[in-house]
Amino acid sequence: MTGTRSFIESVSGRRVLVVAAIVIVALLPLVTDAYQQDVLTQAASFALFAVGLNVVVGLAGLLDLGYVAFWAIGAYTMAIFSGSGPLQFAHLNVWAILPLGIVLAMLTGVVLGIPVLRLRGDYLAIVTLGFGEIIRITASNLDGITRGARGIPSIPHPQIAGFDFGNSPTPYFYLTLAMLIIAVFLINNLNRSRVGRAWVAIREDETAAEAMGINTFQMKLWAFAFGASTAGIAGVINASRTSFVSPNSFQIIVSILVLCMVVLGGMGSMVGPIVGAAAIVIIPEALRDFVPAGVRFMAFGGILVVMMVFRPGGLLPSRRVAAEQRGIGVAGEEKTGVEGADA
Amino acid sequence: MPDCLTGELPFRLVGGLSTGGVYALIAIGYTLVYGVLQLINFAHSEVFMSGVLAGAVVIGALAPDGATSQAQGAMFLVAALIPAMLASGTLAVVVERVAYRPLRRRGAPRLAYLISAIGMSLFLSYAVQVWRGVNPEAYPTTLRAQAVLQIGGVRVFNKDLIIIVAAIAMVVALEAFIRRTRTGRALRATAQDPEAAALMGVNIDRIITVTFFIGGLLAGAAGLLFGMAFGRTQWNIGFLPGIKAFTAAVLGGIGSIRGALAGGLFLGLMENVSAGCFGTQWRDVVAFVLLVVVLMVRPTGIFGEGT
Repeated sequence: MTGTRSFIESVSGRRVLVVAAIVIVALLPLVTDAYQQDVLTQAASFALFAVGLNVVVGLAGLLDLGYVAFWAIGAYTMAIFSGSGPLQFAHLNVWAILPLGIVLAMLTGVVLGIPVLRLRGDYLAIVTLGFGEIIRITASNLDGITRGARGIPSIPHPQIAGFDFGNSPTPYFYLTLAMLIIAVFLINNLNRSRVGRAWVAIREDETAAEAMGINTFQMKLWAFAFGASTAGIAGVINASRTSFVSPNSFQIIVSILVLCMVVLGGMGSMVGPIVGAAAIVIIPEALRDFVPAGVRFMAFGGILVVMMVFRPGGLLPSRRVAAEQRGIGVAGEEKTGVEGADA
Repeated sequence: MPDCLTGELPFRLVGGLSTGGVYALIAIGYTLVYGVLQLINFAHSEVFMSGVLAGAVVIGALAPDGATSQAQGAMFLVAALIPAMLASGTLAVVVERVAYRPLRRRGAPRLAYLISAIGMSLFLSYAVQVWRGVNPEAYPTTLRAQAVLQIGGVRVFNKDLIIIVAAIAMVVALEAFIRRTRTGRALRATAQDPEAAALMGVNIDRIITVTFFIGGLLAGAAGLLFGMAFGRTQWNIGFLPGIKAFTAAVLGGIGSIRGALAGGLFLGLMENVSAGCFGTQWRDVVAFVLLVVVLMVRPTGIFGEGT
């Protein structure tokens, strides 16, 4: 037992595990049918999404409930700049739009972040929720740009060296997987850098962090921008895969679903959100014939409550976050009013 | 002068006050809980929704085909009021027990409360979806719209009048409860300094339960009034009024009861007037923009934070 454990905990042991996991996941499309490949691609797309939200919620401790808005930005960037919408000013291909989608999503993150990141946690949650709704309602009202609720169809598929991605899910799966690996690699490095340590400090006690000379506002803005970027990528890829964008896909429930993935997997952990996304996409698909949609969403709500009450660190907890969520070593100020009294 | 600020304005003002009355009653739930726990009860919109639904169930049971006369309609409303209030009040207490109390015992960070509350909200709304179905249901008819007052050429309809009067009456009653009774005093003490209140013999857990219950009672009343005026109910009907009521609570200065009333009425007015100016499809955006602007410019609310 101790042998296995020390293997998992050693640096080289972990590397071997990560590479093995990536290889296994990459081989999955070879042993699955078209429908299962489609589910896998969705899972990968949500994983990309969850990894970004994890930066915001798990690492910086900011609850963003309007996260789906960045996905919408990515998707509409794809639709509009590929010339599929009513505005015909550009006919770029997917590879040019991908970086553009990232930049626009990050920019939106910054523009939204500047006014709202000075707010306290719970205000931030509700303002971001409002922001998500504003983006969705605006998208369904701006008929001349987005075709409103009818959505934008016939968005082009990506092509690479003469190979057309077309409608089959597998190429998109590999593209998303590649993006996911890059994103996790960058985020992991960031998390171990000065920025990551600043995020921990902010999460634990913002006032103390500020006093230690951390520019908390700037660090939170970074978290927002990085979080937004992966949602932007997911938005671009998803729009070109389904060939269609409509405001209906950007309901508030999507933001909460992604939150659920992050919380289930483990806030602040690198692998957790990916596992959470896979679980929350694949398990309901597998139970699709037995469990009605409403019950599924009830279960997601239940998961959020149960995790917070019984296992706040998630299934694969980051040790540090788990300790914080248990309420150990958290400064009194972070707590709400009364528990000091009945402790 | 655009049309929306001239001819039809008086009608929009009355409609705005009545929408605002509903927001105000819901907003009080946010404000009370915030006053005691310093946290936003995200599941409050579902507490409100349960009141809408309970009203529909009770009236539907009394008269499946709706009221046949105005008098009968009024009677149904009165009969459904207590069940709707109790349903929401009880649900609010259950939410506190299940989603908040265990976290409070552990001294969990703020983020945990928010996530747990959102989970609760998701669970409750989809539970109602599973029970009642996805599609909207017509609210059993009670009162038919009828002009009852004429103020300077503006006809005021019975439903609007009921909502405005009920909202103000309930706020006055609640203020009296909090100022005059022993429990009210304990509540104020807990809001000011929970530790000191506990040392003075206040049972904090009981006060928190009472706070959630009162907030739920008012949200339940708001639910019935909303159902009566809006004419339908659905599993997700709590979401928009919930978030707007939160906006109202922030506008009036979160923690303040009179502020919640003022904020609710103000938001209702703004929303109705701007719906006239920009078109109803922008109605919800107005509320959100107002929320963002107020939080940025004056987070303690237009009227300042208070108790």
